[in-house]
Amino acid sequence: MPTTLAQPDARPAPVASGTRVNDFSLQVATANGSGSQTANNVLMRAIFQMGVPVSGKNLFPSNIQGLPTWFTIRANRDGYVARKRELDVLILMNPETAEEDARAAAPGTSVIYEKKLAVERFRDDLLLFPVPFSELVVKVTTKPEQAKLRKLIANMIYVGVASDLMGIDPAEVEKAIAKQLKGKPKAVELNVAAMRLGREYSGETFAEKIPCRVERMDATAGKVIIDGNAAAALGCLFGGATVCTWYPITPSSSLCESFIDFCADHRVDPATGKASVAIVQAEDEIAAIGMVIGAGWAGARAFTATSGPGISLMSEFIGLAYYTEVPAVVFDIQRVGPSTGLPTRTMQGDVVLCHYNSHGDAKHPVLFPSSPEECFQMAGEALDLAEELQAPVFVLSDLDLGMNNWMADPFTYPDRPFRRGKVLDAEGVERLKGVWGRYKDLDGDGIPWRTLPGTPHPLAAYFTRGSGHTEMAGYSEKPHDYVKNVDRLARKLETARRMVPGPVIDDRPGSPLGVLAFGTSHQGAVEARDRLAAVHGVSLDYMRLRALPLAPEARAWLERHERVFVVEQNRDAQLLTILRDECPDLATRFVSVRQYDGLPLDATTVVEGVLAGLGREAGTAPAAAADGGAR
Amino acid sequence: MSATAPAPPKTNRIGLPKADYEGGKSTLCLGCGHDVVTRQLVTAFWEMGIEPRRVVKLSGIGCSSKTPAYFLNRAWGFNAVHGRMPSVATGAMLANSDLIGVGVSGDGDTASIGIGQFVHLVRRNIPLIYIVENNGVYGLTKGQFSATADVGSTLKGGTVNELLPIDLCGLAIELGCGFVARSFSGDMKQLQAILQAAIAHRGTAVLDVISPCVTFNDHEGSTKSYKYAKDHEEPLHDIGFVPFFEDTLAEIPPGEVREVPFPDGSVVRFHTVGREYDPTDKDVVLSTLHASRKAKEFLTGILYLEPEKPSFGRLLNTVDEPLHPLGEDRLRPSREALEAILESYR
Repeated sequence: MPTTLAQPDARPAPVASGTRVNDFSLQVATANGSGSQTANNVLMRAIFQMGVPVSGKNLFPSNIQGLPTWFTIRANRDGYVARKRELDVLILMNPETAEEDARAAAPGTSVIYEKKLAVERFRDDLLLFPVPFSELVVKVTTKPEQAKLRKLIANMIYVGVASDLMGIDPAEVEKAIAKQLKGKPKAVELNVAAMRLGREYSGETFAEKIPCRVERMDATAGKVIIDGNAAAALGCLFGGATVCTWYPITPSSSLCESFIDFCADHRVDPATGKASVAIVQAEDEIAAIGMVIGAGWAGARAFTATSGPGISLMSEFIGLAYYTEVPAVVFDIQRVGPSTGLPTRTMQGDVVLCHYNSHGDAKHPVLFPSSPEECFQMAGEALDLAEELQAPVFVLSDLDLGMNNWMADPFTYPDRPFRRGKVLDAEGVERLKGVWGRYKDLDGDGIPWRTLPGTPHPLAAYFTRGSGHTEMAGYSEKPHDYVKNVDRLARKLETARRMVPGPVIDDRPGSPLGVLAFGTSHQGAVEARDRLAAVHGVSLDYMRLRALPLAPEARAWLERHERVFVVEQNRDAQLLTILRDECPDLATRFVSVRQYDGLPLDATTVVEGVLAGLGREAGTAPAAAADGGAR
Repeated sequence: MSATAPAPPKTNRIGLPKADYEGGKSTLCLGCGHDVVTRQLVTAFWEMGIEPRRVVKLSGIGCSSKTPAYFLNRAWGFNAVHGRMPSVATGAMLANSDLIGVGVSGDGDTASIGIGQFVHLVRRNIPLIYIVENNGVYGLTKGQFSATADVGSTLKGGTVNELLPIDLCGLAIELGCGFVARSFSGDMKQLQAILQAAIAHRGTAVLDVISPCVTFNDHEGSTKSYKYAKDHEEPLHDIGFVPFFEDTLAEIPPGEVREVPFPDGSVVRFHTVGREYDPTDKDVVLSTLHASRKAKEFLTGILYLEPEKPSFGRLLNTVDEPLHPLGEDRLRPSREALEAILESYR
């Protein structure tokens, strides 16, 4: 049975009537492995090149070939880039899902489809654009060796059709094809021909066009299109990472693969051919984190990237790094759990897992990037923090941010020198003779001084152990030594509170209500906030949390608001649970707004959740939930 | 009569007394084989004149894994998690290629929970002396069988092991390890020569050392007891190790001695005892090993040797100096480089 993204009992409201400019959501349904990714990226890029803010989200299966896949492109003149639950245009290429996709469409949706699929059988309230893709493609793939390319090339025909029906400049489409297929002139030629054929057919066949139009504007100049994983890899490159270890797992693999590519270009000495980096594909996630810890202990800036299942495996080692105070950076590109879950769908489901990771008492700094710029910047930040705090630091991205292409501002060049933390060299050891102990809090901030293996001083060495230890790093099972040590570790987290990236606050004077989001809940939350103000008369202050532990200014913001809607993409309100733990005195102020169906958060879910929380017209969709804090 | 000044302590080639290679006091049972290995490590590093600060000593969890605290106090120690020492060692050696790594593990730590990491460490040829202090039982949890226990050997209470043992040396050779040795903590002379050769080796050196557990596995039914090992040990050869800094290479008539040179100029000399054995010929090595298993022989010596095998760092083609101190000038690409990268995403 084909799977579909459509909710079985959804009764979507009709698509708004009249022509709308630079404000629509388009979804392409194809079979995985049919090569539609290139076509979809071309469509997205052409709109971007016309200066229109755009986002693309690939909703794909855990499969290499055959299963259904969808790609959503949203263009929005106001710059909203969250996924939009409401779809305006469908392109149906996959016989497996065509009927279900068509049946689930809102009345008035424009549907471009393979003529053979005869979508007109299922609905008479849609704007239908049947195109004989399978016949047309034969005309541009006349050479025998091109026959095998037909499935692929048919996709570029729908790009042509859509560009004609929606007013996308063909010159920009051709430029996008050239960019996407750079260095393959034959492929460019063939794809351009297919695109032109689609435009031609559409122009001759359809007098009435799609009421969603793209018109040139100037909102994307200077911006880039990049995925969060590549951005994080660049952050590691510029942040001075010298050891990268990894085990392949969706959706994190492309972070390390991008790092490998960037290092090939920027970390190999042209004179000697030797690399200033060591990258290891480990035998599993346990080994990957073990290597990061070994490298961090020996003084290198090291990181690994994984997803939830990997974090589960790493937990014992994370506890070791916490207790022995070894720097380690771990990127968690979250996907839907528990267990294998929905491995190719997105979720913010590892917040609790990462913040409290390990048996025993442990808490770790966790950074929440919301954009590719922040993936870049926070990667460097995490490498610094890990060494400054001598602790594991998590960067929590997710599949949506990590693997999808995002429009982003160019990254700011990191001018600041690497912050390497409290490391004593031989002179330092000599100076602090009789005073220094590996786990002794000399500065009152909970962060001790460390030495690196090889330091040339007879008193520099110490013994690192996961078992109980004294300030001087000696073995100890004494109750007092244990308590003293873990209390210092707690103090260190208090220091971290003032070091992690602070929140981004946007207040509207006088509002007692606030909405709090983090990571990729940001885009849906800000759009919902504007809509709540404009349509429902609900004024909300906004805080985007960028890290745990809670920065003092984040706590102050919470105190200023009578009610705070906490938006997140998991079932159990994980961040809200942590906020209650951090601020028990404010616990009753938090109202949870959640989406956890594996799709990127949409604004409508947040609008519905906030309204429900305010006791107003609920309209809560099955995927969304809001409660007054009963959990 | 004038008082005679006490003789200065004997020093090694870098002028350090043996005391500088000592560690903390052992907390293992009296007579534990592991303490013998610890003593031999102190001697080997001192004899080789290795600066203690260049050594990192890593371990997992178990009785054997406690021992890095008992030698080389001036070296950095890392007591990691159970069975995962190899990955920590890998990271440390990648970060700082100047370090000399010694990992101490046990049969439980290596052959059961840590077999995956052991296999992959060997496969990568990480420069590390990997010592398995092998006694056939879990000591620290009070005497359960480990995966190296021989078929038919018994626990103190009489339980018989019926599972085939994992032969860590055989496994290491199959995986392409360039230095594989088996020894016995009761054979100090051989162990010392093997340790010195292992220190000179630039790749993974696997040392499977039968090291009896006096508390849980030194009884009649054990095949890892002092008595059993003493009665059954069959050295493949006598080993003489001549480090690069000694030039006392005496003339030895050909035929009786096989010499294998190391890249640093050291030489391992194998004196034939009883049988002809070429530890550089993998076919001979494997067939000897297979035959010895059938015959239930306890073969000791350097089973296999391939000093030229490239280490992981060479395969990764990393810079010659340690990675960890490199700064912005070496690691952070220019402003123009960032601009060019971003341009490719426009």
